[in-house]
Amino acid sequence: MARMTGRRALAAVPVLLGVTLAVFAVAEASPFDPVKAYAGTAGLTASQENLDQLRHNLGVDQPLLTRWWEWLTAAVTGDLGDSAVMRRPVADVITERLGWSVLLAATAFLVAIALGTLLGVLAGRRRGGLLDRTVSALAYTLEAAPAFWLGLLAIWFFALRLGVLPAGGLTDTASDTVTPDQVARHLVLPALVLGVSQLPWFFLYVRQGVGDALDEDPVRGARARGLAERTVLTGHALRAGMLPMLTLIGSRVPELITGALLVETVFSWPGIAAATVQAATAVDFPLLAALTVLATAAVLLGNLLSDLLYGLADPRVGFDG
Amino acid sequence: MAARTVRRATAALATGALALTTAACSNPGADTAGSGPKDSAVVGIAYEPDTLSPLLGYGKDGNSKIFDGLLAFDADMKLQPALAAKLPRVSDGGLTYTYTLRPGVTFSDGAPFTAKDVVFTYETILDPKTNNPSRTELDALKSVEAVGDDTVVFHLKYPYAPFAERTVHAIAPEHVAGGQDVNTGAFTTKPIGTGPYVLTGWSKGEKLTFKANPTYWNGAPAVKRFTMAIIKDDDVRATRLRAGDLDGAILPPNLAAGFGSDKGRKTYTAKTYDYRTVTLPTHNPVAGDTAVRRALDVAVDRQTMVDKILEGAGKPAYGPVPTDSPWFAKGTERRHDLAGAQKILDEAGWKPGADGVRVKNGVRASFPLWYLSGDKLRQDHALAYASDARKAGIEIKTQAGTWEVIEPRMKTDAVLAGGGSPGDPDFDQYLLLKSTLAGDGFNNMAWYDNGTVDRALEDGRRTNDPAKRKAAYDTVQRALVANPGYTFLTHIDHLYVVNDSWDGLSTQIEPHDHGLAAGPWWNVETWQPKNNGGTKK
Repeated sequence: MARMTGRRALAAVPVLLGVTLAVFAVAEASPFDPVKAYAGTAGLTASQENLDQLRHNLGVDQPLLTRWWEWLTAAVTGDLGDSAVMRRPVADVITERLGWSVLLAATAFLVAIALGTLLGVLAGRRRGGLLDRTVSALAYTLEAAPAFWLGLLAIWFFALRLGVLPAGGLTDTASDTVTPDQVARHLVLPALVLGVSQLPWFFLYVRQGVGDALDEDPVRGARARGLAERTVLTGHALRAGMLPMLTLIGSRVPELITGALLVETVFSWPGIAAATVQAATAVDFPLLAALTVLATAAVLLGNLLSDLLYGLADPRVGFDG
Repeated sequence: MAARTVRRATAALATGALALTTAACSNPGADTAGSGPKDSAVVGIAYEPDTLSPLLGYGKDGNSKIFDGLLAFDADMKLQPALAAKLPRVSDGGLTYTYTLRPGVTFSDGAPFTAKDVVFTYETILDPKTNNPSRTELDALKSVEAVGDDTVVFHLKYPYAPFAERTVHAIAPEHVAGGQDVNTGAFTTKPIGTGPYVLTGWSKGEKLTFKANPTYWNGAPAVKRFTMAIIKDDDVRATRLRAGDLDGAILPPNLAAGFGSDKGRKTYTAKTYDYRTVTLPTHNPVAGDTAVRRALDVAVDRQTMVDKILEGAGKPAYGPVPTDSPWFAKGTERRHDLAGAQKILDEAGWKPGADGVRVKNGVRASFPLWYLSGDKLRQDHALAYASDARKAGIEIKTQAGTWEVIEPRMKTDAVLAGGGSPGDPDFDQYLLLKSTLAGDGFNNMAWYDNGTVDRALEDGRRTNDPAKRKAAYDTVQRALVANPGYTFLTHIDHLYVVNDSWDGLSTQIEPHDHGLAAGPWWNVETWQPKNNGGTKK
């Protein structure tokens, strides 16, 4: 297990290098103009001379490889550079906002996995039953529903009609301080919405896995031996049925990041995902590169986690990286 | 063994999540309607400022809450002294402006405000190394100097009549901002100013919170805590207003109408200079033809656009100046006259072809019209315009695109554009109509080239005589009737819905770009809480 982790860590380095270069190249080739993005609406009335000066100051008229190399050599020494779009050092932008995004994404992920597994087991147990049919239909609908729409619906229902949960923000709008109980209350709705939008996938795979496992010989044997249904379900079927889901947890991380962006926008959640789109359309290289490294690292970690869990859950599979 | 741990973990998680939800639901908490006592206000805005540093452009039009300018606009858009003790003395034929500063003003950290702060602010903005995209607005300024601690003198490159209006710009403290990197220093998020409010927190993407400055030179504000929540989506903003999370918000007309019957809230309609216009590029053989321009100008039904697209929240526009402004040239209104349009085209030799589209010398009367994708208002205007033009026999093909797509095509394709700034007519019209600025950034997108207009624009900005200025801008507006290089469609009102808990609310005339300086909270520092305890929804 340690060997696999070590090998993965080594392999991650060229991957990160390649990804950052690719992101720089794609951003360079895109039609977005970093100067216009920096200037915003003021750019619509600025003179060409002013815009040219901005272009020179922001350093966007240098060739691609020069900028990438300068960024890389500075980044390995710890200097992540300055974000043009946020007008602040990149390190400040990230440390300020990353924590909230991680909190939201992790909570939502756990909600999705927990609820997905629970419902999947119950539905897989009696395929074709009432629970299975209703939840499956709901899952397919939710899979197609955009997270943005779910967010608006949730706000309308919980904040407006029932009035039990706040409609957005990190803390109460009128309060100055950030306290854990306020954050917890404000976290409920965005995490639920993001979790529910990721849920259908987990539910359907667990349902499929558990349903298949219940038809296999070991389960028939366990039933024949007279074991309680509950033991059969959780001890034998679930463990085998979780395998397909576990292996692909890592591949859901990019979906989570995209979903987090939409949810953060709807709920005014001060996370980093919303800044990512701004960085991309403004071709803000330092911020974009730092966020890409983070996102790539998250995906690689997700894959590593999948493989570790698979190895733990299934004794037939060794850790070969 | 591992499965048991997984099972236990899942069970613990599910219980935890359930407990959290029930705890949250069973704790209704503090956000009841009204968001607290009436000496605090929470409003919802659509756009977040990029920076809070005046050196990078924040507060250039005043109302910045944290800072003051030398002068300030009042509710009627007249200049009043703010950090200056009185209006400036203009001398040397309009080339020198002398301001005497108000004594006894301090920044919120206790340091005194003096002339060196003014000089520092303007000199840093003019420095090419400062990334300020609005530097062009101070184009007329050559240099600024301090005479002692309480007098500032501005020297201009050329006589520029509206210069005093540019001095509403926020002033930054030299002792704080001078020691940092102007483009990336901490001042951009931790500003210190002389203004009525002090920033207590900026949660990026979520909200800005302010508290009253007790030592403000014009008296401490009655509204002690002020929060601006950044909510980009109109529907979410309306929902949060209705849920009581906000005291006020900017809303589009269709959502604001939903609050019309609400007794506890008032709707404020801010008049604006915010217009929508179609650029008719000079380099397009059809759009550049004067007869086609004049025909389109009378073929378009502006009143219907106001009634249907803006739901009555606006008025027809015949030029960049709104019809109710003192700068409007009387007599330049055009009637909707489809028959008249057809007559103009017939007389100019544009004969209807087989499919109804007119042709002249083998050139078909057809050109593309671009609008910003995702902007429903512009889309509606563009489609209405195309439909009106079709009735007169001119085919307009509407297309959506982002600015990256539109920009390279602006020289030959029509664009549904917006703009407008109140204050002086020069701010708007010079950049829009001067032929030498054609193709300069986004200025004069239609490459409009009219010698009469050029001369009038120059006359208008160089003389200080109000009668001569009015005559110059009248000439510009009349020239636009004879050769309308832009078809102006509508002036849009901005609608705000606010809880009826305070007295003293009003709106100024607003520009196209309405940041946090606009709205009924432009003067939140003068709001007085109502004595009856305010009405709660």
